[in-house]
Amino acid sequence: MTHRRWFTPWLLAAPAVVWLAVFNLWPAVNTVILSFTNAKPLGGGRFTGLANYERALGDEQLADALLNSVIYLLICLPLLTFLPLLLALLVEKKLPGITFFRTAFYTPVVASAVVVGLIWGWVLDDRGLLNGILGALGAADRPVSFLTDRWLLLFSAIALTVWKGLGYYMVIYLSALGNVPRELHEAAAVDGASAARRFRHVTLPGVRPAMMLVSVLIAVSALRVFSELYVLSDGTGGPGGRTMSVVMLIQMYSRGFTGHIGYASALSILLFLLTVGPMLLLARLNRKGA
Amino acid sequence: MSRSLATPSAAEKAVRYVLLVLVLLLTVGPFLWQLSTSLKGPDEDVYSPTPDFLPADPTLANYAQVAETVPVWTYAANSLVVAGIAVAGNVVGATLAGYALARLRFRGARLVLGLFLATLVLPGEVTIVSQYVTIRSLGLTDTLLGVALPGALAMLNVLLMYTAFRAIPPDLDAAALVDGANVWQRLVHVGLPSVRGMLSVVVIFTFIGAWDDFLWPLIVLNDPARYTLTVGLQYLDGTFAANPRLIAAGTMIAFLPVVAVFAALQRFFFKGVEEGAVKG
Repeated sequence: MTHRRWFTPWLLAAPAVVWLAVFNLWPAVNTVILSFTNAKPLGGGRFTGLANYERALGDEQLADALLNSVIYLLICLPLLTFLPLLLALLVEKKLPGITFFRTAFYTPVVASAVVVGLIWGWVLDDRGLLNGILGALGAADRPVSFLTDRWLLLFSAIALTVWKGLGYYMVIYLSALGNVPRELHEAAAVDGASAARRFRHVTLPGVRPAMMLVSVLIAVSALRVFSELYVLSDGTGGPGGRTMSVVMLIQMYSRGFTGHIGYASALSILLFLLTVGPMLLLARLNRKGA
Repeated sequence: MSRSLATPSAAEKAVRYVLLVLVLLLTVGPFLWQLSTSLKGPDEDVYSPTPDFLPADPTLANYAQVAETVPVWTYAANSLVVAGIAVAGNVVGATLAGYALARLRFRGARLVLGLFLATLVLPGEVTIVSQYVTIRSLGLTDTLLGVALPGALAMLNVLLMYTAFRAIPPDLDAAALVDGANVWQRLVHVGLPSVRGMLSVVVIFTFIGAWDDFLWPLIVLNDPARYTLTVGLQYLDGTFAANPRLIAAGTMIAFLPVVAVFAALQRFFFKGVEEGAVKG
């Protein structure tokens, strides 16, 4: 017997169970319910069937947002899968001062996306550092509109996401590298395998599970992008609101007099269906691996 | 190639340090650049194509001036309140629940654990709209409590504490049981001392997450007097985009506290990383 009174464990778990119910399970159920209504941010709402989903099918701004998400994902996936691995290999070896470098490389991760967005927003501004450098080099006779062109804005946000994510995935790889048995490396080295061969035949197989996890995390977070695009575009979503993400649309419809909670909920369901794909893939790969 | 893997040659060391410094410039450079801008006086040209990296005449005037433009210290206090509630709630709530699930046998434990785990596939953005509806029906829109409440006990942290408590050898508990220790005594004297590392990780990431959060406070808060720092900074950028020095000062006020918290507690984090504990 680990405890005398039957309700002791429930007493300890009570706050967590309440939060589970009120702030996790109920919102999930309620999102589905709300998506079939015309509820507004200020209240009200009645059942409207599939109206919100039909509206989504014809929503050109949503089509733009989905295209943006696909581009986001296709660029982030290779860059954030491989660059952090190289970084992890760089900081893996215990050289003097390596803790400082590891901590420093992680700094962009702990900074708020708003802080990072404002810093890069200024670097990329028409009168900012990058345009200054380009102008001084004579590479551009007028400022490149990194933040006001539909596609350049998207690519700027992607660059920001990649830059901010490097340290996060580096740490996951660093942890995985710690699990690759040192003897394997030494045996391969004794056998005369070159550094490149050791990387291919010892390191890569060792970090493959981490690589799967990282790819899924990147895919999911690319679909969830919000702050970078919001801050770089000052909340406008670029010219004509064409550089939005699905989450930006959800935020836009969730507030104000022009908001539509019902439609925002339908978009949330869509977002969930998009993110669940990569996660199911990970679950399958994990089961195979085990 | 018979050199030992543990001691790299001098040439390899040099190459590694050069690369490390390059990456350092890339990752930390923009923050230093912003810090420098925040210290530049009004006479110094921040727009010139070849700006000086160091301020010619460093001044803290921008920090005073940004506070005259928007109530930036109130925003910082608001962020601190939200982060404080989040840290307190998560430390207490996740510790208690994690301990109960890991160390006490009871009916329904597996079901509860499964539900905690199931919430992880649900990105926060998916439920943010209905979360807003819940906060609205509690009458907490436009309040800091409304911002803090949903994140005051995160399911992920319960699972992290559960994992940490599971790792304690059962013999330790058994010895305390024989001595007649009750649940509370075992939690405090046997459990807590063994999970300090994980608890630190929970504290770091709860604080940083709450302090940095943008989307949720943006949805809950309307009144500019109640903004948290991230929302307030975006507001500042929208109103006074003309002076990058002020925005730089504002971003530093938002940035330096998280760096301080992370720097102070990072050894717990990287210790876990090296032991292969961080699997995401």
